[in-house]
Amino acid sequence: MSVIFEKPKALCDVDTHYCPGCTHGIVHRLVAEAIDELGVEGQTVGIASVGCSVMSYNYFACDMIQAPHGRAPAVATGVKRAHPECVVFTYQGDGDLAAIGTAETVHSATRGENITVIFINNAIYGMTGGQMAPTTLPGQVTQTTPYGRDVSYSGNPIRVCEMLSTLDGVALAQRVAADSVPHIKEARKAIVKAFKNQIEKKGFSIVEVLSTCPTNWGLSPVEAMQWLRDNMIPYYPLGVYKDIDDKQ
Amino acid sequence: MSKRVLMKGNEALAEAAIQAGCIHFFGYPITPQTEVAAYMSKRLPKIGGVYLQAESELAASNMLLGAAASGIRAMTSSSSPGISLKTEAISYMAGSDVPALIINVQRGGPGLGGIQPSQADYFQATRALGHGDFQVLVFAPSTVQEIMDLVYLAFDRAEEYRVPAMILADGMLGQMMEPVVIEKPQTSAHEKPWAANGHKNVRKHNIINSLYLQAEELENRVVERYRRYEAIKAKEQRAEEYLMDDAEIAVVAYGATSRIVKAAVKEARERGVKAGCIRPITLWPYPTDTIVKYRDKVKCFLSVEMSMGQMVEDVRLAVNGAAPVEFYGRTGGVIPEPGEVLDKIMELGR
Repeated sequence: MSVIFEKPKALCDVDTHYCPGCTHGIVHRLVAEAIDELGVEGQTVGIASVGCSVMSYNYFACDMIQAPHGRAPAVATGVKRAHPECVVFTYQGDGDLAAIGTAETVHSATRGENITVIFINNAIYGMTGGQMAPTTLPGQVTQTTPYGRDVSYSGNPIRVCEMLSTLDGVALAQRVAADSVPHIKEARKAIVKAFKNQIEKKGFSIVEVLSTCPTNWGLSPVEAMQWLRDNMIPYYPLGVYKDIDDKQ
Repeated sequence: MSKRVLMKGNEALAEAAIQAGCIHFFGYPITPQTEVAAYMSKRLPKIGGVYLQAESELAASNMLLGAAASGIRAMTSSSSPGISLKTEAISYMAGSDVPALIINVQRGGPGLGGIQPSQADYFQATRALGHGDFQVLVFAPSTVQEIMDLVYLAFDRAEEYRVPAMILADGMLGQMMEPVVIEKPQTSAHEKPWAANGHKNVRKHNIINSLYLQAEELENRVVERYRRYEAIKAKEQRAEEYLMDDAEIAVVAYGATSRIVKAAVKEARERGVKAGCIRPITLWPYPTDTIVKYRDKVKCFLSVEMSMGQMVEDVRLAVNGAAPVEFYGRTGGVIPEPGEVLDKIMELGR
């Protein structure tokens, strides 16, 4: 009997703590598949951030470091500068990357730090129980925007890929989504490219993955996928915002 | 091979680190330690190292966390307000047993304070260099030569015990020039099988982490670390004793202040008051044993600091009521004159 589908080698054979319907599992798999495809697990160091994915250090089979909140790109910088031969990636949520870690994100990008950033945008703080994130949509109800996000009061969401695409050090800034098979296939390609860029020393690559948080959105997994499609994609359009390989 | 050169304290901090095999430096400008970064930015690119100017002290100390977690010798340097920002990563390094070197060339505080020398970060360095139950090794040099020696020692002991280490200097020491002998350190870097630098398909993955959601598990981790701290307290206390043999007044001072104190002690003796100086070289572990040795022999202790009185609490803890403990200090960047210290000693000697 031939094996036609199996766990990627770069994922540990353990149960995860993620909620049912959460797309972290899908993205973990895509990252692990990229590591397997490129054959770099032995030289890879992953940086776990603070948020729901904090315990990803138990799930990825490569060496892992858990960074303080928002500082994953700085920690990754330290590893990469010390060991340029290593493949270094961060795995960060929206609160981590686009609120508390904005400075680290922008400056590692503009330095052209040769790292790969996987950015999970689910428009909410998951681990602390569903507070407003920097990417929470206008009008979106969260624990700390109980009347909906009023942008005249709480400010506007940040479109990270658009912002980073203006920086010279960025090799790839691409937004994908984990809501459907075609989108997941696209996400897989983007993540592989983001790792490949690093191996080819092209500079900073970020893949933003629009993701779901059924628990804190108060939706079923299926409804959450639809909510992502109906609400997130229009505000955060999918696509390649910068790719240095596309020089016109 | 050794050579004798004239060097600024801040430059010696940098050169000593290079001699100790630290060729990765992550910094952010702040007075009065800027020469450390300037020196590193000039030297490191020439010897295959990395000088990186971070976007903030937060980022610099987290870059240090990454580099040190990947198993290399690395350091960062700052001055008081910047150290407050670095405490985030220092707590994480302590909590994940990552050895690294942090330098604080102290200036006056609180807040933005001033840029003149100070010792007002003693509590921060020895009590709470970040949140949580932990300690870091704290070394306090008093000469430019001793800066070199203690940087070597700090790297070595940090790696031996897997704890962060701090050199607690001050603006005076950082800015002064003195002759130093540059010698290669006797010890080399320790093996780091725990480092996260790629498992190369020959071992299980290493995890550098400080998160333990089960209270008992976290408690066990902390308790294990405190066992190491006990070993450190037993083995690593260091202090210099100056004219203490027959001393009746023991003046306790560290860092640049101890130089002023020694001058005052000498002068007091010429005026007939038997004074001596105990100079803590390690501030954590505090050289309690040295204080204890003299607490029943001297008439009183006098702690002299460039602060409103911080180390004096450790002197009191060690003396434990056996003798009076007095304090004299200047703060805000004011350096005490030998004459002021002498007056205080003479007052106590009366």
